[in-house]
Amino acid sequence: MKINRELCDICGTCVAVCPVDAIIVSEFRVDIDNEKCTNCLNCLKVCPIKAIEEDE
Amino acid sequence: MVQDRYDIVVIGAGPAGSVAARFAAENGASVLMLERDREPGIPVRCAEGVSHNGIAPFIDVDQRWIANRIDVAKLHSPNGETANMYNNGLGYVLERRVFDTALCELAAKHGAHLITKADALDLMWENGKITGVKYKYSGEIRSVKCDIVIGADGVESRVGRWAGIKTAVRLEDIDTCAQHTLTDIDIEKDTCEFYFGTKVSPGGYIWIFPKSDNTANVGIGLSGHLSHPKGPKTYLDEFVQKRFPNAKITYTMYGGVPTAATLNEIVKDNIMLVGDAARQVNPITGGGVVQAMIAASIAGKVAAQAVKEKRFDVKFLKEYRKEWDKRLGKTQKTMFLMKEKFINMKDERFNRIVEFCQKIPRDKFSLKALFTEAVKGDPKLMMAVAKAFIVSKIKMK
Repeated sequence: MKINRELCDICGTCVAVCPVDAIIVSEFRVDIDNEKCTNCLNCLKVCPIKAIEEDE
Repeated sequence: MVQDRYDIVVIGAGPAGSVAARFAAENGASVLMLERDREPGIPVRCAEGVSHNGIAPFIDVDQRWIANRIDVAKLHSPNGETANMYNNGLGYVLERRVFDTALCELAAKHGAHLITKADALDLMWENGKITGVKYKYSGEIRSVKCDIVIGADGVESRVGRWAGIKTAVRLEDIDTCAQHTLTDIDIEKDTCEFYFGTKVSPGGYIWIFPKSDNTANVGIGLSGHLSHPKGPKTYLDEFVQKRFPNAKITYTMYGGVPTAATLNEIVKDNIMLVGDAARQVNPITGGGVVQAMIAASIAGKVAAQAVKEKRFDVKFLKEYRKEWDKRLGKTQKTMFLMKEKFINMKDERFNRIVEFCQKIPRDKFSLKALFTEAVKGDPKLMMAVAKAFIVSKIKMK
């Protein structure tokens, strides 16, 4: 998964629905650990601003 | 000065964290709060509506953090009908920026320490036991030892995950939200408004919480499983364009509200979770400030007692769980069951509920009447609602 940093508001909604603890929020950015990510798309579906995209 | 050891470290300095810290410190424990952001309460991710009765037990009401007083709730059905509710007691629209800092000051007054821009990174362990917290401060990795960690790190909580607690919620159990603070709009200052319907806000609602006679927080929460692909921002912008075409936006924010039932595990050896991190939000309204403060006051007291008795095991800390279930557990459970119905309600049902509400005499129309109507046709749930309200009424007194 990929985060569009121009859009991301760093709200952390994605973290709550991640089943594998692959998302980390710090003060100024959100990071997705693609090694842990299982591509369930939960984060993409709940992101309020559609800042998460699937990798090509 | 920050010490390298405390009895209790609280992660997060929102209402949950600062109230937990205050009650722990007040009862004799040494407490450190770690706040990731530069200032508590910022950025605001909240509609800012609370009831007077909800917050009054925790802090003296101060005009510095009250934007506006609310007396009326107006419900809008999908077919454009409205019903006004007058009997829910005094409400406030807060200035969370100021409110959160005031709660931290109260914790500090009772002896708690606070560091901002302190980003918790992980728990520290020794022989399978939690012994402290690792955090980043000014680009430097630091550690602090403690006997109890209180995770008050919000919807994006990771403290629980570090301790092996399952905190992930289903898509049905999170509301994905967007909110504008609008100015130069035409509203009734003493009235908060709610819009329901599958076209306006699937599985959730739109709110208008006035902050003055011409400004308001106007926001939307959609159930996570119905949000994709349109998302809350598009729904909100459509609504604003229709209802407030000349509005100016002074603030925009996004966020998530967990509408799950309280986690099965909110305590383990040496650890407690409070507030959004423990999923203690009211699942139907999405309100979490008061719930967090109630939970945190219990957790803080139990933690302080644990320090006195040097008992940091889950068996002792479970007292917090027991007390939470006694205070709000049943209400939360009922609200959760109602939410399960609510998120899939059809527009006709909303229309009928508002139509019914219009017929209730003004002095009899309360949330209880509303909820009872909303669950009509489900006797079990009706009983649960009635019980939940009886319980909460007794507790108010």
